[in-house]
Amino acid sequence: MTTTPTPDTPPARLPGGKRPSRPRWAVAGERALEALIRFCGVSAVIFVLAIFFFVFREAIPVLFGGRFDIGEFLFSTKWYPTSMSNVRYGTFALTVGTMTVTTLAMAIAVPFGLGAAIYISEFCGPRQKETLKVIIELLAAIPSVVWGFIGLTVISKFITTVTGTPVGVNLLNGSIILALMSVPIIVSIGEDAFKAVPDSFREAAVAMGTTKWQLILRVLLPAAKNGLLAAVLLGVGRAVGETMAVLMATGHSVQIPHGIFDSVRTLTANVAAELGEAAAGSDHYRVLFLTGILLFAITFVVNLTADMVIRGVRRR
Amino acid sequence: MEPTAAVRFSRNSFVRNKERLQEIARWVFFSMAILMIVPLVTIIGYLVCHAAPSLNWEFLVEVPKRGMREGGIWPALVGTIYLVFISLAIAAPIGVLAAIYLNEYAKDNWLNRLINLAVINLAGVPSIVHALFGLGAFVYAARLGYSVISASLTLAIMTLPVIIASTREALSSVPMPFREACWNVGATRWQTIKAVVLPNSISGILTGVILQVSRAAGETAPIMFTGAVFYKAVKRGDFFPYQLTDQCMALSMHLYTVTTQVPDVKESISYATAVVLLGVVLMVNASAIGLRIWMRNRKKW
Amino acid sequence: MFLNRQSIWPRSLRFTATLLLCSLALLIDCGKKGGKTEGKERSTIQVKGSDTMVNVAQAWAEEYAGVAADVDVEVSGGGSGVGIAALERGTIDIANASRNIKPEEAELAKKNTGKDPKEFVVGFDAMAVYIHKDNPLEEITIDQLKQIYSEGGGITKWSQLGVKIPDVSNDEIVRVSRQSSSGTYEFFREHVLGNKDFKLGSLDMNGSKEVVELVGSTKTAIGYSGMGYATESVAMLSIKTDAGSFSPTVENTVNKSYPLARSLLMYTLGEPEGAVKRYIDWIVSSAGQKILQENGYVPITTPASVN
Repeated sequence: MTTTPTPDTPPARLPGGKRPSRPRWAVAGERALEALIRFCGVSAVIFVLAIFFFVFREAIPVLFGGRFDIGEFLFSTKWYPTSMSNVRYGTFALTVGTMTVTTLAMAIAVPFGLGAAIYISEFCGPRQKETLKVIIELLAAIPSVVWGFIGLTVISKFITTVTGTPVGVNLLNGSIILALMSVPIIVSIGEDAFKAVPDSFREAAVAMGTTKWQLILRVLLPAAKNGLLAAVLLGVGRAVGETMAVLMATGHSVQIPHGIFDSVRTLTANVAAELGEAAAGSDHYRVLFLTGILLFAITFVVNLTADMVIRGVRRR
Repeated sequence: MEPTAAVRFSRNSFVRNKERLQEIARWVFFSMAILMIVPLVTIIGYLVCHAAPSLNWEFLVEVPKRGMREGGIWPALVGTIYLVFISLAIAAPIGVLAAIYLNEYAKDNWLNRLINLAVINLAGVPSIVHALFGLGAFVYAARLGYSVISASLTLAIMTLPVIIASTREALSSVPMPFREACWNVGATRWQTIKAVVLPNSISGILTGVILQVSRAAGETAPIMFTGAVFYKAVKRGDFFPYQLTDQCMALSMHLYTVTTQVPDVKESISYATAVVLLGVVLMVNASAIGLRIWMRNRKKW
Repeated sequence: MFLNRQSIWPRSLRFTATLLLCSLALLIDCGKKGGKTEGKERSTIQVKGSDTMVNVAQAWAEEYAGVAADVDVEVSGGGSGVGIAALERGTIDIANASRNIKPEEAELAKKNTGKDPKEFVVGFDAMAVYIHKDNPLEEITIDQLKQIYSEGGGITKWSQLGVKIPDVSNDEIVRVSRQSSSGTYEFFREHVLGNKDFKLGSLDMNGSKEVVELVGSTKTAIGYSGMGYATESVAMLSIKTDAGSFSPTVENTVNKSYPLARSLLMYTLGEPEGAVKRYIDWIVSSAGQKILQENGYVPITTPASVN
């Protein structure tokens, strides 16, 4: 067995024991450049740690300020950050808002996203596939503030005229927007998952006389289920972290929704709306940073799980 | 034997049923795929229709007038260009070098698994958390204040994963034998990268850079608290209205303020702002896609 | 085949180089502008704060660019609290506010920057209560507003106010409010709710315009905002007091009979100097006040003397 040579193996000596050499400055310059490359390589870790550090640094004093109760922060629905009589920082209604919007968005996006992924990977020809993938990529590129604008103008008008509900900016509106925003990621990761199923699986099934539908239902879905789970998780991650679109489209109301036409407020929108106001260094300001940590933690866990699931798929 | 064979391959009711089901499934999935395209097309059509009265060259180069109720979007457009280019100037070198490290130097050890994890996580951090970070780190801790430079730095860090991911993909699509051949003639790692790997992946890297531009142009939340303003007086057609320490207007922020804060705006103005922003982003993206397709077609291995 | 340096490098290199050069040129140019232009010092005034005032502040900045070409005025909104918070940190020059600075805020500013905030009254505004134009209601008392908006308040339906909105089966009052950074929110809380808390579940909009637009598109909604934001699709309620019923007009604001009238304020750190002083002087001059009036607010001088 021969090993492939890499530049790290010592260079062959020329006849007479002399090694081929380059000017010293060239070697030094290359060393410096490689050091820079290494440094940039590690920079991603530095940035993630920096994000965590700076957000945490602003948040931490409130935890030990004495007037703050972590139980109230997580489980109270009373969000009165600037109250004159009784300041309360309860984010439960906001967390519920985030969860309901995300859940409803996924309920819309997952079937469509996976359906589209199945169509793209199993049914259509190469040209159609290319076109669809380009369109999905463009769909993914639409900025969130434009989505928010669409929610505020087009979809809210649509909802009020169709359903007759008084307010068009609500849970449903936000969910539709978030569904449209997270469908592209579900489709592209989902399609990758189907692509990762070995062709021998398909060949075996077709040889048994299955139709494509049976192939999908009995063979591909079970085989690709981890990849699909990852696709959904990444969609969830996108939906949870989305800010401007939900800020403009959900109606921004601190309450636990009782129906899909109720307005809600999400964790992200709350930070976006109130961050500017809060006097830097005040408890309110620090609690908003604490919300940031909560969001950071949620998306971290979601993305990490998705990554581990995907990795599991690759390894197999 | 013959009758049996005929029975075996005839289209009995079971087979017909199966095929019908298959056809139905095909149409269901097809309609699901189409249903993603329909909203895109209708919404863009709707926006363009409503924006039509204001969409012209004047709108692009004119400054907002009469309390932003009339006029154009020049200062916002220039502001977005500033933010995008400065963040690009910061993110592109770091991102490309980081991708070179990950693809060409890194071995499969804990540090590099950690880096991978960090890149994935950096891509998943909500934009509002980036805003918190930018505010805490650049505006306050680094004492840059609300400024173009704070906003650009925040955007740069936010868009870094886009560049890293696509550059890495471009680098890893260069076949290993290319490198091995180069190493065999005695080239060092960096010489190989410079002479073989980069020339063969440059269009892929450019794609990544272009995607970064589109992402940076559309973001609102990170710049809202770090350097974007509601209004700044700028002269019509002035290409250099902002200094690094100034705050600037930006298209995405302008769309947000025009729709939520300015009273009595002509409807077409807010729609036109949305269309311009959308148009810029989609065009930049389309050029990235075009570049990728062109590159793939001329690839010879 | 892969060593096609000749065919790939030059073109792409040129492109990248141009790109980098462009951004470099941009940066250098920015740096240059940091110094002096045409031998004259350029100065930047950063203004931030009240959403109520952001549009008039913008109009001032726009007009002022023609008055003093060497001064750049940057305007941001966000809310009175935002402006004052930024002033405390010394990151801006002028804070717009539609409420008075709180003693603890002034103290913090003094502590951080060593200067006392100085207040300028630059105009008046009436905070109007808006309803949809189809809503037959014409006047409302402060107490009714309190019952609608405050925590534990009893009014949740239009029928409780004796109103039947035509063509609408839903009787529920949709409360439209502002996000808590807004001076309007705090003003409303102080003068209508008596500093009690708001009932949760109201739709808290981020801009005055959003409030009016939402009320204009929702028949069962009620909302509050500066009088300058009125549109055709909304109606403004008169406020009923013991002395009679007052609508938010210029006259009622000037003679203070409208109960929800307030001052529009600007704060600076210490006595303003140079460009900032000239800017504020210009704002309170008749030229500045004329713009204020055009934006639907009430000037500090009587309207007659402005025109």
